[in-house]
Amino acid sequence: MRRLLRDRRGAFGALVLVAVIACATLAPLVTSGDPNRQHDIVATRFLPPLAIDAFGAFHPLGTDRFGRDVWTRLVYGARISMGVGVLAVLLSVTLGLAVGAVAGYWRGPVPVALLGVTDFALAVPRVVLLLLLAALWRPSTALVVIVLGLTGWMSVARLVHGEVRALAARPFVAGAAALGARRLRILVRHILPNALTPVIVAAALGVGNAISLEAGLSYLGLGVQPPTPSWGNMIASGRDTLVNAPWVATAPGLALVLVVVACTLLGDAVRDALEPGAVTRPPAT
Amino acid sequence: MLAALWRRLLTGFAVVLGVVTLTFFLLHLAPGDPVELLLGPTASPEQLAAQRTALGLDRALPVQFAAWLGRFARGDWGTSIGKGQPVRAVIGTAWPATVRLVGLSLLLSYVIGIAIGAVQGARSGSRTDTALSVVTVTLFALPGYWLGLMLVMVFTYWARALPAFGAAGFDADFLTGWARLADQLRHLALPLATLTLIGAPGAARFVRGAMIDVAAQPFVMTARAKGLTPVQVATRHILRNALTPVVTLLGLSLPALFSGAVFVEAVFAWPGVGRVLVEAVQARDYPVVMAATAVSAALVVAGNLLADVLAAWLDPRIGRRAA
Repeated sequence: MRRLLRDRRGAFGALVLVAVIACATLAPLVTSGDPNRQHDIVATRFLPPLAIDAFGAFHPLGTDRFGRDVWTRLVYGARISMGVGVLAVLLSVTLGLAVGAVAGYWRGPVPVALLGVTDFALAVPRVVLLLLLAALWRPSTALVVIVLGLTGWMSVARLVHGEVRALAARPFVAGAAALGARRLRILVRHILPNALTPVIVAAALGVGNAISLEAGLSYLGLGVQPPTPSWGNMIASGRDTLVNAPWVATAPGLALVLVVVACTLLGDAVRDALEPGAVTRPPAT
Repeated sequence: MLAALWRRLLTGFAVVLGVVTLTFFLLHLAPGDPVELLLGPTASPEQLAAQRTALGLDRALPVQFAAWLGRFARGDWGTSIGKGQPVRAVIGTAWPATVRLVGLSLLLSYVIGIAIGAVQGARSGSRTDTALSVVTVTLFALPGYWLGLMLVMVFTYWARALPAFGAAGFDADFLTGWARLADQLRHLALPLATLTLIGAPGAARFVRGAMIDVAAQPFVMTARAKGLTPVQVATRHILRNALTPVVTLLGLSLPALFSGAVFVEAVFAWPGVGRVLVEAVQARDYPVVMAATAVSAALVVAGNLLADVLAAWLDPRIGRRAA
């Protein structure tokens, strides 16, 4: 942990994420209230950043076409976007761990079939699946989480599969078996904890990726539905007002980039801190 | 080598078949009815039923699937439910646009990315390296559609220099020779820049890592010991060996690049397969969705296969191991 924070990348990533999460959880305290509040639309729409409207309210990032405060929506949008990202990754990591562990630890037709499914799913263009799943059912926040989770588990499964196979051949596993531990217990208590490092790194990178994909789906109108603010649908709504109110699309985009960079740097730093010899690789989508 | 290639071709074919099967059943099991979308809310139940029979949508799903597969294999891709055009015409005009965009950005991304990564890898730990790392990590994090919007804002609305929509101007049919080419290039500029600005950093990060890995190996020390200059060692010994995994990555990054292209095509109204797919999914245009999915899956599988062959050619050890 200390090594992680001494790494400048790790410290920066952690700082950004802590700040964003703090803002999101303490949203009512750092903003002026309801993200959907509209005063007088005509008088308060398209106010530039740092403007004070006719009612005396201060808008640090300006207002959108409905006169809603962009900063407030950004902070409440962080709740949705971060929440979707984290939940989706939790789902895909759980699935990936289960599939990878079973496929790596047991022998027989089931693991072979699981590996086959994994490779097949890896070869499918993810966005095609995303589009199909997200467009065919009524769009909702829960659907986005499920869709992102169901299309993101394969790389984790591959990682875990490799780790588990390598670890299962190590002497301490034979030792545990000699002590009379059952196979499931060996897997859960002895092998999986040792296989977690690459999973944590993949999860850190995955959160950034999921947030950015959520935004992509919302941008196409298939993700989180307005008026609930998410960074993606904020960018989408700012698209039409790019000429007279560029801040509406710019602010959520910058927030998104900041969070994704923070996730990437934190992931890199965690890997270097836990296994100094490893190579730096970009994530496979 | 040849046997391995055949095996890969077979698996590739199986993947495309699997994708198509999955798509078919997902499409038909999901709520939403193309006939209702087509005929509108005023259609009577009899009209709906007649249209369903005409389109063959009233038969059992496996029967429909088998029929579709048979026709598709014989080259009869059906007619678009929404547009009334033959699906082959819809896809036929779309896929060259996507291949042009994705192919060019792939080429540019890797040329630029390998150059940046090679500079970083050769001087890892230096200030240049750190500065370039900051740039690549940031660019790599940019979502394509947002970067696209920002480029549109700067180059179209503020500078008024480049067009933001479509693949050709309204007057394209009247242009000839150089003027036509210039018009196409101007329309290509922003979408291509968007994909390349995101693609190149990914390649650069990977090349940097691979070069640092290779630089730690004993044969590099040998090369230095026999008096080769640092540039010779970096280019001929380290970079050459670092490029093999890069070629494999090229194949693996195709699905991601294609995903990026779907969003970027939506932003720039680029008339490619991605945009056809998005529109068809929203309109429940079954035949078009099926064909677009099959074509995009086939493109991705073919790209992966090409990358594998290229990697085996660069590093003969791979071919022997696989065979």
